[in-house]
Amino acid sequence: MNWLPTTVAARVYALMLLILALAPFIFEWIDQPFYLDLLSRALILGIAVVSLNLILGFGGMVSLGHAAYIGIGAYSVGIASYYDFYNGWLHIALALSVSAGFALLTGAISLRTRGVYFIMITMAFSQMVYFTFLSLEEYGADDGLVIYARSEFPEIISMDSSTSLYYWIFALLLASLFFVYRLVYSRFGRVIVGSRFNEPRMQALGFDTYRYRLTCYVISAMMCSLAGMLLGNFTGFISPDMIGWARSGELIFMVIIGGAATIFGPLVGTIMFVVLEEALSAITVYWHLIFGMLLVALVLFGKGGIHGWLSRLDRKGAEHE
Amino acid sequence: MDWNLLISQLMNGLQLGLLLFLLASGLTLIFGIMDFINLSHGSFYMIGAYFCGTIVAYTGSFLLGVLLGLAGVFVVGALVEWFIARKLYRADHLDHVLVTFGLILIFDTLVHILWGASGMAIPLPDVLNGQIILGNLVLPTYRLLIIFAGLMVAAILYLLVSKTRLGMLIRAGASNRTMVEALGININRLFLIVFALGAAMAGLAGMLIAPITEASIGMGNDIIIVAFVVVIIGGIGSVKGAFYAAMMLGLIDTLSRSYLDVLLGLTMPVEYAETAAPALSAMLIYILMAAVLAFRPQGLFPPAGMK
Repeated sequence: MNWLPTTVAARVYALMLLILALAPFIFEWIDQPFYLDLLSRALILGIAVVSLNLILGFGGMVSLGHAAYIGIGAYSVGIASYYDFYNGWLHIALALSVSAGFALLTGAISLRTRGVYFIMITMAFSQMVYFTFLSLEEYGADDGLVIYARSEFPEIISMDSSTSLYYWIFALLLASLFFVYRLVYSRFGRVIVGSRFNEPRMQALGFDTYRYRLTCYVISAMMCSLAGMLLGNFTGFISPDMIGWARSGELIFMVIIGGAATIFGPLVGTIMFVVLEEALSAITVYWHLIFGMLLVALVLFGKGGIHGWLSRLDRKGAEHE
Repeated sequence: MDWNLLISQLMNGLQLGLLLFLLASGLTLIFGIMDFINLSHGSFYMIGAYFCGTIVAYTGSFLLGVLLGLAGVFVVGALVEWFIARKLYRADHLDHVLVTFGLILIFDTLVHILWGASGMAIPLPDVLNGQIILGNLVLPTYRLLIIFAGLMVAAILYLLVSKTRLGMLIRAGASNRTMVEALGININRLFLIVFALGAAMAGLAGMLIAPITEASIGMGNDIIIVAFVVVIIGGIGSVKGAFYAAMMLGLIDTLSRSYLDVLLGLTMPVEYAETAAPALSAMLIYILMAAVLAFRPQGLFPPAGMK
């Protein structure tokens, strides 16, 4: 049976995808429809985190402002619906074009900086988005905006039932995982990864790394805005609170738990995060304490996140054999 | 023009600027000398307020609350340096962001456990609660005290940094850490002192503002971001830069909130101006930071010798 995945990590991920694919039936069978909601939210965030991993993990661009693009995507649905435009293609076009424009503009400035300065400038730009939506009284300001109807895709598929919405999300997630995989192992992706390790060398090889990195930044932002568009549809509500810098911090956290610069790690990290959040908050109101300690411990002791841990299992196994 | 309003707004701006300076001076030193991004610096601000409030509640003395509170925050800062920050100075900036993000969660929850979810009001002694009347100007005594205290700390810090041996080491550390180490200075002790001192100053800022706003969970999480903006604009590692940038941002933020709609009203219809002004004034400092980062990434007043 040599078609089976060989490493521990690959087996775990294959099993996970299988469970995700069957999840609506499993939850119906055990009669826990609430879990489907939880998982839908986790997978939506998963798309955002996978997109962040593209720039943060593979590209080494630590953005503390990625939640802004979730906001742009969600408000694209919210504001269009507010004016009675329910066409889903319009929502997608709006989310993609606005996020691309904003990412191109701010990325062009941000990518002139390095390290700490990049972290801070991306945070600053996302705060601008935050304050913009916070002050737009027409669209609810800090009370947020209720989205009464989901995006409509006439004659293709409806997003109305929670199962069909779930499969929409799942399909988009698979597409983004595949896309990131293909991108990273393409010539373009090699340049991005190469610039993370040694940018002067890439430049010496004749690559205009700035352009490559900017393109990558814009692609990642557009992917993230799709997650935002789904989130708006899923929660039926959007508020500036979803954009604040702490949200961006959580996204980074999810990438790191799972393992940065791996294809599946960030998705696992996101699911872990959302499930832990739910489980811990059910046990105690002080769950943030456990969460915080986990985060500190992760950085001090857990190199490489879950993916790193799974890979180490392999190496141990190999030593035994 | 309402001169009374202008003067009271100028005072508010000055007050905000000084509070920002208290936060940013520690932050910029920790950043500049240890190369450590401390997002949880705002937690010291919060802890300071709660320590002070608790001691005031027990002893009834505001002065005692401030002094003991300062000592308390100094110890907390030292503990954080000793057990966590110290291990990460050579690590990636991403690790700093994550760990200190975790610390924010931990401190916020600990305060929730110890003091409950609702805020804590800190009563002021009657002496400070009054007003000083100059002609037809009415100035609240306590706000004057904040400004006075802030300027005092700034002066002391200036003397400390520019006239003492410790200050010389701090300046040297900000410009060239390796050289200080090579000259046989106990760099670990220097780091501990700088970290704890920075924490204490952030705590002082929290104590000073709490009687006006009351102490609350997460009170430091918004202002710390502004303090980072101050650090970046002033130049990382530069106390002087932090002072000028804090004053500038304090005044810009306060004045734009009250006057920007009038200014915009000169160029566009009033109803648009009234919608755009609050958003623009909230964004102004971030726009300023983005501009500084884009055109002068080392900040407006970088420390001497730093490239």
